[in-house]
Amino acid sequence: MALAEAGEQADTPTFSVRQLCAWFGDQRVLHGINLGIPRHEATAVIGPSGCGKSTFIRCLNRMHELVPAARVEGQVCLEGVDVYERGIDPVLLRRRVGMVFQKPNPFPSMSVRDNVLAGLRLTGSMPTGRGAREEQIVERALSQAALWDEVKDRLDDPGLGLSGGQQQRLCIARALAVSPDVLLMDEPCSALDPIASAKIEDLIHSLKQSYTIVVVTHSMQQAARVSDRTAFFLAGSLIEFDTTDRIFTSPKDSRTEDYITGKFG
Amino acid sequence: MIKPHTNREYENELKRLRERLLRMAGRVEQMIADSVRALVEQDLQLARRTIEADRFVDRAEVETDELCLVILARRQPVASDLRFITLSLKMVTDLERIGDLAVNICERAIDLGQEPPLKPWVDVPRMAAIAQGMVRDAIDAFVAGDAERAQSVVDRDPSLDELYTRVFRELLAAMLHDGSKVERGIHAQSVAKWLERMGDHATNLAEQVVFMVKGKDIRHVAKPDEV
Repeated sequence: MALAEAGEQADTPTFSVRQLCAWFGDQRVLHGINLGIPRHEATAVIGPSGCGKSTFIRCLNRMHELVPAARVEGQVCLEGVDVYERGIDPVLLRRRVGMVFQKPNPFPSMSVRDNVLAGLRLTGSMPTGRGAREEQIVERALSQAALWDEVKDRLDDPGLGLSGGQQQRLCIARALAVSPDVLLMDEPCSALDPIASAKIEDLIHSLKQSYTIVVVTHSMQQAARVSDRTAFFLAGSLIEFDTTDRIFTSPKDSRTEDYITGKFG
Repeated sequence: MIKPHTNREYENELKRLRERLLRMAGRVEQMIADSVRALVEQDLQLARRTIEADRFVDRAEVETDELCLVILARRQPVASDLRFITLSLKMVTDLERIGDLAVNICERAIDLGQEPPLKPWVDVPRMAAIAQGMVRDAIDAFVAGDAERAQSVVDRDPSLDELYTRVFRELLAAMLHDGSKVERGIHAQSVAKWLERMGDHATNLAEQVVFMVKGKDIRHVAKPDEV
């Protein structure tokens, strides 16, 4: 794998984004983003619809380029290595940088267990040897996703039989099973009720001990609750990036202030 | 230009809160002036009316607190809105305390009745004028979001402290000279002390206004730039 294994200094950011621009065809949707995403913290990305926040996180694991006519310029360095460098395998990159989507999307024909293992099987990277047996991987991933106790007796039931909140945690378990460094979450609670959302938020809090988390959210209260740092995007530009405490008490930019206090247009 | 909130009901709630605080502050400011006038002019009726006016201030404190809690619960305000609400919660406490101090002065005015003052009231009305001006400017600064004017309130507090020290020394000298003057002397000293305390509360208000406008906490430091 061409991506270097991490130098584990806590002060170097997991992602260093420099002059990142993104297009859909002729339409430029990101305008020179510069940002460092710290290791083992939760970073929230907020902004109005169409501001480029989802595009931004999809550039971090090269999912943006999967859209026809979409392209990217600039640098996205993961642990010091540009993920857009020639020779980087996007599939392997996405193992290190997992993603959870707005709507829970377990594989419909698979059991709970097979859903958890799907990522490993699809990338042909099921580990062998001691300590890497399937059952251990399943239990570890489901436990980390705070779902094990609820599903341990029905691992062979279909994933779709779970509640919406459980399905979303199943998707998180699937992303964790491949042992990523980073978890990208694109509005992970927008299809969930408040209790299921609270569980995901609680999970984000515990997962950041082991993973770097980037979460896109429409809910400013959620950003305020779960994140250590917040990035505010507007019309494809990064307007302000600071600690979440600072953003939600005394933002520096009046556009941030207007957005978070509900003064639009 | 200050943009209004997209949610008009929220905008109205904040406006209502601002207006309530202004009404309460206006009443407190008047109470300072009336209490000292009642004392100096020995106007016992004015003293009683001023004590009565404190009920309005007490009620305003409770109602403003309630409105703040409702806004916090329903709107989850952030940034300048959050600073405004927390400021309001603190402001009502300071304003209510200033009202209580004015009541204390009125009670002394009633106790002293028609007795001649120990000394002519010179510095005490001067202190009242400064305290009243500080409250007024703190509130004006709050309305205008004017951190400089708020800072000028903070800067005036030492002059009130100096006047108090002077009054205290003069009264002490008079009481030492003539033991029969001790009771009136202590009353007069209390009045000066309460006016000095009003200045402290006005300073609190002003410091909060600087925080609301600049997002910088200047309590316990001299100037906002030192933060």
